[in-house]
Amino acid sequence: MSTLVIAEHDNSSLKVATLNAVAAAQALGADIDILVAGANCGAVAEEAAKVAGVGKVLVADNAAYEHQLAENVSLLIAEVGAGYDNIIAPATTNCKNTMPRVAALLDVAQISEITAVESADTFQRPIYAGNVIATVKSSDAKKVITVRTTAFDAAPAEGGSATVEALDAVHDAGISSFVGEEVAVSDRPELTSASVVISGGRGMQNGENFKLLEGIADKLGAAIGASRAAVDAGFVPNDMQVGQTGKIVAPDLYIAVGISGAIQHLAGMKDSKVIVAINKDEDAPIFQVADYGLVADLFNALPELEEKL
Amino acid sequence: MKVLVAVKRVVDYNVKVRAKADGSAVDLNNVKMAINPFCEIAVEEAVRLKEAGVATEVIAVSVGDKACQEQIRTALALGADRGIQVETEGVVEPLVVAKLLKAVVDKEQPQLVILGKQSIDGDNNQTGQMLGALANMPQGTFASEVAIDGDKLKVTREVDGGLQTVNLNLPAIVTTDLRLNEPRYASLPNIMKAKKKQLDVYTPEDLGVSVTSHLTQVKVQPPAERKAGIKVADVAELVDKLKNEAKVI
Ligand SMILES: Cc1cc2nc3c(=O)[nH]c(=O)nc-3n(C[C@H](O)[C@H](O)[C@H](O)COP(=O)(O)OP(=O)(O)OC[C@H]3O[C@@H](n4cnc5c(N)ncnc54)[C@H](O)[C@@H]3O)c2cc1C
Ligand SMILES: Nc1ncnc2c1ncn2[C@@H]1O[C@H](COP(=O)(O)O)[C@@H](O)[C@H]1O
Repeated sequence: MSTLVIAEHDNSSLKVATLNAVAAAQALGADIDILVAGANCGAVAEEAAKVAGVGKVLVADNAAYEHQLAENVSLLIAEVGAGYDNIIAPATTNCKNTMPRVAALLDVAQISEITAVESADTFQRPIYAGNVIATVKSSDAKKVITVRTTAFDAAPAEGGSATVEALDAVHDAGISSFVGEEVAVSDRPELTSASVVISGGRGMQNGENFKLLEGIADKLGAAIGASRAAVDAGFVPNDMQVGQTGKIVAPDLYIAVGISGAIQHLAGMKDSKVIVAINKDEDAPIFQVADYGLVADLFNALPELEEKL
Repeated sequence: MKVLVAVKRVVDYNVKVRAKADGSAVDLNNVKMAINPFCEIAVEEAVRLKEAGVATEVIAVSVGDKACQEQIRTALALGADRGIQVETEGVVEPLVVAKLLKAVVDKEQPQLVILGKQSIDGDNNQTGQMLGALANMPQGTFASEVAIDGDKLKVTREVDGGLQTVNLNLPAIVTTDLRLNEPRYASLPNIMKAKKKQLDVYTPEDLGVSVTSHLTQVKVQPPAERKAGIKVADVAELVDKLKNEAKVI
């Protein structure tokens, strides 16, 4: 059995989500190759070649793949993936965008966001905002799978010595083009892989008040997240949304501030190791999942917390 | 231009569903059903395009049993012009829904198809992209802004790193994210009017599509439950617990 893992990267470095997908591939027990599609992405391929347990790194380096346009990349993955039993990718927005196209091109179902591998054809995945875990069995000869990264510990980034092979195939569907992007730049760790996350909700009242979280995040080396309400209200950008339809996080410590704990928010953080909630409403549902709850006005509690850390 | 909107009937987002004790299925007895929130955003966007003079006709399509006509009527009350139901039984997986929608696209020849990014029951996030591949159309998924720009569609997308903007040839697919718009409420007169709008019913056979599943649900179970912990008296106790009990800072 053989598995092709799709690399998540930004053309200069390999994202750790790839290593979570490799771990899921290892749970399937097959030989693993990695596909790097991008432009001027040689450094990514080098990094991928060092990942433990990888046989071969295939690199498609072409302008058509620079911005991960799904129309182009899906054609490439479907072609390369034809020779594999499984095609596995992390459930990042890039791969969520591309992989269903791949599945449809290959006329197979996609199994989205698996959290466990039970056997070569049977997987677990959360449905209904994580209130139910479904076990699903695929009858397709080829499996197209995305992986919930928080459910699989990253494979070691070092220790491998895969061969690197260049692919010449260029797939440019010619029906879409990249216009621009607004990428949040931050010195903080990435939300989805940080070991501490502190998130603010509607209770923060405005974007300016998120500064109260920054001081604490600095002291804890934390990433900063938010609820949908905080994003909708324009306090913070969309890439900070944690939840069913935002980012899924599972840090060692998650601190929810001024967040009520709607099921859609819990879906994105309830697998955190330790959960702290700061909320002035003692009946807020967030306290039902919190290991440590502090009933307090956040405007008093946050400055004191920063000072005491 | 003609706009096709795909709407799905799902459990209302306020309901916390549970797996049945025997693990055979999700317990949906007497549960409130609604239009998938992302589909509601899709309908709103299509209706706004019509109000702006860009769209000429908005068609709402749903795949499901008879009950999904209720969600089609909701879309019609929000401003869609006519409805199509593709009559199926039981759970239909995204690949099959995409094939059925592809057949409807072939019939109707819309310039734009708007879907939700995700159904909140199955949490699949697949159908729009699959339809894109089957119909060889470009896609603007997770859209927070959509604009017609000459003969192209400009879509701003919510991605992990922030926002990405792409230009798509028409016909194109859009899947909606939460920030695309805030859906209106249907007025009573519009709800009444919706009852009289045209609603055609097709079977998968009419469309020449096989509904055979590739996936089977073997069982369902509840997730690992978290126990509520303790309330701390003040910030000092919180810091002490995190340092000395949980040892996470
Ligand atoms: C289709 C769909 C998808 C969704 N996806 C997501 C998602 O991915 N992520 C997500 O988060 N939500 C999501 N939601 C929204 C979700 O249902 C809730 O509306 C949202 O999580 C509420 O955010 P909040 O807790 O910040 O706001 P609220 O529910 O308004 O809670 C604010 C909390 O702040 C507290 N508070 C106020 N002032 C203070 C103060 N001074 N000090 C201390 N506490 C204070 C209040 O007591 C309250 O508990 C989704 C909803 C839908 C329909
Ligand atoms: N049965 C269905 N009928 C109509 N549209 C659907 C159906 N299933 C999925 N869709 C559309 O596809 C979107 C994404 O669904 P999914 O891929 O299941 O997460 C939904 O928001 C709908 O717009």
